[in-house]
Order: sequence, then structure tokens, then C-alpha cells
Amino acid sequence: MTTLFHYLIFPGLLFALAAGMIASWIERKVTARVQWRVGPPLLQPLYDIMKLFIKENIVPEHAHYLTFAAAPLISFVSAGLAATIIGMSIFFPSHSFQGDLIVVAYLLVIPPMALILGGAASANPLASLGASREMKMVLSYELIFWIALIVVWIKTGGQLNLSLFAVKEAVGASFSGAIAFALMLITMQAKLGRVPFDASEAETEISGGPYIEYSGPLLGFFKMSQHIMLAAVPALVSIIFLGGAGVGRYVILLVIVILAENTNPRLKITQCLRLFWFFLLPAGLIAIILATLGY
Amino acid sequence: MDKLKILTKSIWVFHFGSAACNNCDIEILDVLTPRFDAERFGIKLVGSIKHADAMLVSGIITRKTAPMLKEIYSMSPKPLAVIAFGSCASSQGMFKNSCMRTVPVDEMIPVDAYIPGCPPRPEAIIDGVVKVITKLRGEL
Repeated sequence: MTTLFHYLIFPGLLFALAAGMIASWIERKVTARVQWRVGPPLLQPLYDIMKLFIKENIVPEHAHYLTFAAAPLISFVSAGLAATIIGMSIFFPSHSFQGDLIVVAYLLVIPPMALILGGAASANPLASLGASREMKMVLSYELIFWIALIVVWIKTGGQLNLSLFAVKEAVGASFSGAIAFALMLITMQAKLGRVPFDASEAETEISGGPYIEYSGPLLGFFKMSQHIMLAAVPALVSIIFLGGAGVGRYVILLVIVILAENTNPRLKITQCLRLFWFFLLPAGLIAIILATLGY
Repeated sequence: MDKLKILTKSIWVFHFGSAACNNCDIEILDVLTPRFDAERFGIKLVGSIKHADAMLVSGIITRKTAPMLKEIYSMSPKPLAVIAFGSCASSQGMFKNSCMRTVPVDEMIPVDAYIPGCPPRPEAIIDGVVKVITKLRGEL
């Protein structure tokens, strides 16, 4: 019963969704201020979601119905589970377990996978183009994400329990940890699908990519899982590298994401792959070597 | 009715440019610029009709685009507000006697608001959107 409560209400779905909506509002507001506009009201993300749930739901004629309908739900549920585990380590440290970092790292791959499935199942050329780009994107950034985690693992001497990062010295303070933190910031941008790494959904180019055929409640589930990811991923990075997830540290990471989003052009998918594999991978390997040497 | 009130707080707009001369398109973009900032009211331009709550139809409906308009309208998730944008879409304007014109937009799909002008000014566009919102809320 308490497990269900934790998953559905407090650090889980509902709380993460609320936090993610506020984060999403901050994102839109800061974007508006950067562009010298006023920006939307505080409840705008909530209105958007509520609006999507009263709209008609259309499934394309040639789409694979089950996959098309299941993908947003899988994405929402697994993003919520990742947020629950991260939230438990912040609010109920005694409930954390050895290895939850690995579980979270795996759970955070499921929403992009669901997006690939949904896009590929929707029988639309632009959606399959977006799905294929998303696949390449996952291949690019997951490598760097795991290398940054390996640096953390070496620096903390085999530490895989999220709640224990708070009591130790922050990993980001050491030299190799700082390199890993910089890599993780770029990976975070890609994991959240924000500019410059939004080639897979590129509104102006392939008009939403995998999302193009989604309408009404199913699109709403995708939007909600995006909100949860926006709450969960910066919190995770803050726990691992900055030693705990306070509101201040979380907002700083969020604003870094937003400002990078607003001051960069979109990279082509080949450029993303080249950046991650040929420029960031050597930097990651250097960080691993430095970490094993104790720097 | 209450449902539609939520809809009016977040209107995502899809732009169907049917053989328009681009003046209307540029005026639509003007509404999204910092001077008018339509995002204050939750209005956002989207790229796919499946995400849209309102459709702006600009330009004359030619023989080539008429089937496309019908198909796009049938694809859209309802409730959807259709706005005939500019003189061409509202009443065929200067193309009234052209051999390529078909019918005005409202004879093909139901239209909720007309924004006349060639092109309409951004103020006229905002006025049209306000009229759509009052209609959706059932206050008109």
C-alpha cells in the first residue's frame, strides 16, 4: 500500500508531474524573457495537458493500433518509476537500495525507446524519420552517459546508492569529476531532447517527428512523460555530481539547460553522432584514466 | 461547455496555406513576435494538424488544394475551430473570376470566424481570435 502511495502520489507520478510542470513553465518563461516577451501564465502546462485530454483521439488507419496506443503509456509509466526512485532517495533516504543508480539509468532509456516504437508504428514517413533519428540519438548519448557514470563509480569507490551521494564529498569537485560533469551536462541536454539535440522532433523541419500522428490523450501522456523527465533528469545529475538535490541546485541545472537551448542552433544528426563519439568519447576516456590515477 | 473553456486557454494553431501570396503568412508570424506575443494566452503554432485546436486557412482554395483541405479537416481531432484568414479565404477576394478558384472556405468546411483584410493586420488577427474564444465559451 505504501509502495503504491510512493509510486502514485508523493515522490512518484503526481509529485514529479507537478514539479515537471513548474519546470516546464520556468523553461517557457525564461525562453520568453530571453526573446524579450512576457511568456505564458504559471498554469499553462496544466491547461495544455487538460486540453489534450478533452480532445478527440485519432489513430491513423495504417498504424499498428496496440503499439501506437501502448507507447505513450509505457513512456509515462517508466518515467514515473524513474522519478519515484530518484525522489525516494531525496525524501526517504532509508528506502534507497544498493544499485538504484543502475535501475534509474535503465529506466531513463525506456521513454526514448517508447518514442521510437510509437513513431515507427504510426505509419507516417516523417514519424519514421524522427524515430530513426531518435535511435541514433540514443546510441550517441547513452555511451557518454555511461562513461560519466563509470567515472562517478571509480571516484566514489563502487558507490551505486543514490541516497549516499548526499553524505559524501561532491564528485563534481575533483578534476576528473568536473570533466564527467561537463559531459553529463551535454548528455542531459540530449536526454531531455532539447535544442541543439532535438533533431529527432525538429518542429520546423519534420514537424514533431515521432509525435506527428499523436493527438489528444495519447499526446498528453507523451507530454506528461516529458514533464516528468524534465523534473527527474536534472535532479539525478544534481544528486550524482553536486552531492544532493536541493531546489537551488536543481534550478541552476534547469536554467543551464534552458539557456543552452535558447542560444544554440539545431545540430544535424550526423553532427550529433560525431560530437558524442569522436569528441566527447576521448574526453570521457581521459576522465576515466584520470579517475583511476586518483585525480 | 466547461470542457471548451479549458480549450480556450491553450489554443494550438495549425496554418493551412492554400495558394496564399505569403502576405497572410507573414502577418501570422507577426502575431507570434515579441511585440504581440501570442504565447501569453497559450497560443502556439504547431506543425501537425493532429496537435491543432484551430486551423487558419489562408489563400484562395484552388482546384489543387481543395481535396487537401478536405482531407486535412477530416484528419483533425475535434473540437477544431476553423478561421478563414484574409480576403481570399473569406470571399475569394481578387481571384473571384479566376479559372483556378473553386469555392470559398465556408462552402467546403464549417468556418467559425472570418478575418478579412489583404493582409489582415495583427490587431485584426487578435480580434478574430478573441471572437473565436467567445464563441467557444458560448458567450456569443
